[in-house]
Amino acid sequence: MNSTAPVGSAARQAGVRPLVSVRALSKKFSNGTLALRDVDLDLFPGEFVSLLGPSGCGKSTLLRLISDLSAPSAGTIEWPGADSADAYGKAEHSLGFVFQEPTLMPWAQTLDNVTLPLRLKHMNAGEARDRAAAMLDLVGLKGFEKSYPRELSGGMKMRVSIARALVTEPKVLLMDEPFAALDEITRHKLNDDLLALWERNRFTAVFVTHSVFESVYLSQRVVVMAARPGRVMSEVMVDAPFPRDNLFRTSADYAHLCRLGSEALKQAIDA
Amino acid sequence: MRKRATNSMSADLSTTVSSAKGTDQDAAPVFALEETFLGISKSRWPGIIAPLVTGLIFIGFWEGIVRLKGIPSYILPGPIIILQTLFADWATLSIALGVTLKITFAALIAAVSVGVALAILFTQSKWLERSLLPYAVILQVTPVVSIAPLIIIWVGDVNLSLLICAWLVAFFPILSNTIMGLSSADHNLVSLFQLYGANRWQTLRYLRLPAALPFFLSGLKISGGLALIGAVVAEFVAGTGGTASGLAYRILESGYQLKIPRMFAALLLISTSGILIFLTTSYISHRLLHRWHESAIKRES
Repeated sequence: MNSTAPVGSAARQAGVRPLVSVRALSKKFSNGTLALRDVDLDLFPGEFVSLLGPSGCGKSTLLRLISDLSAPSAGTIEWPGADSADAYGKAEHSLGFVFQEPTLMPWAQTLDNVTLPLRLKHMNAGEARDRAAAMLDLVGLKGFEKSYPRELSGGMKMRVSIARALVTEPKVLLMDEPFAALDEITRHKLNDDLLALWERNRFTAVFVTHSVFESVYLSQRVVVMAARPGRVMSEVMVDAPFPRDNLFRTSADYAHLCRLGSEALKQAIDA
Repeated sequence: MRKRATNSMSADLSTTVSSAKGTDQDAAPVFALEETFLGISKSRWPGIIAPLVTGLIFIGFWEGIVRLKGIPSYILPGPIIILQTLFADWATLSIALGVTLKITFAALIAAVSVGVALAILFTQSKWLERSLLPYAVILQVTPVVSIAPLIIIWVGDVNLSLLICAWLVAFFPILSNTIMGLSSADHNLVSLFQLYGANRWQTLRYLRLPAALPFFLSGLKISGGLALIGAVVAEFVAGTGGTASGLAYRILESGYQLKIPRMFAALLLISTSGILIFLTTSYISHRLLHRWHESAIKRES
């Protein structure tokens, strides 16, 4: 099973320094809730990691902390693998974020939604449009550049959201239960398309989900979290080769790994 | 009689959609596309014809009663005599209409600029909002009739004081709606802008202003009517005569002189202006929102 070891774990074994290093991270909300306690997590370049856990285990909070949208109460988040630093001496994190909802601007056409991150970075309009159009093509939405979000289905909106997150070619793509609201058929399709994008661009993917099956199918490593207070409980390594497809989804390996994942999740819930 | 189509792009997408079998593209929502008659969609015609017919019946009834009972025109003039007076006195009435409309539109433009500018300032600075918003509310809840005489005394110039009164009435809906709109942008979108390091100006320009547009437009619809009401009420209070006076003074004057048909004619002009202002603001709102906002969408059921 280890014949084609995935990049992430190979890097880990070879002692490559992590891209993101989270140490003793805690987050306490103003109402006193301890959302996260003493979380340690390393993200290696190019790996696909899932954060799996019951609701309230701080998965989303962890993503918000990594993306600097909220400040930790204690602990550190370092980017030892990032090479450039901005004017403030802070490492320039190149991040993409996909929210639970598509979070598109309803007044803007698909292309303009995808162009947004580039425009905010003051890229010239022509180049931004070209890059956004290429990205839309990559997520399978060629021909929908001029559609408004309301004219798209739920799955298509999510594709736009992924295109927008990837258009800046981020090193890390954070996804917060992006497919939770979709039907199973659409979800499977998007899982496959997401993996294809990941294999093509090799960003570091962090995927938050509450589905054991989804986490095992997608990732090289499933980090299982427990709630109250939110913390990391265990890790399940999924060293099945890529590309993964329906054959993997119906294999005995997959079933076995899902059982491991479910047991780890059950322990986390009972803990 | 309805035609079905996925959306306005359906023609060039039809092949893509049908070839994409079983994917999420098949789940794209379907919007109602209707046949039109004289540029207005067929389902809207009843909404136009019904009130028109009711109005015509009412007017016929009115004329009939006036004639049958022989009611004198200084008590209740019939519709025909009102129309005749409107044409006969058009020279004076049209000047008065122009004066009233000029004040109305100037007040509306002032209300939009001050309302939007203040709303933007308030959302940029919480302290400014805390310090000034209560006074905006006080200005709004104080009846304009009761402060109009003061304003007229202080300002001196009649037209300017009328403008200020009409503006006072019209600006608050724009202010409060725009404030609400500016602060109701999707919080995840706000996070996204933060993530990409957007500055205040970018967040305002690309996120908060477009998100506020539907709220602003519903404020505009209310303020359009209020500007007219404000202009007329203030003019009543001012009660200034002369050639440069508005419709309200013509109504007062006709009342003193018992020229009731002329009073009705002036009244008719005010109502028609109000309706036209409402239709115009509704049309602007529809044009700006119909591609994206839920309030302007008709879904195929």
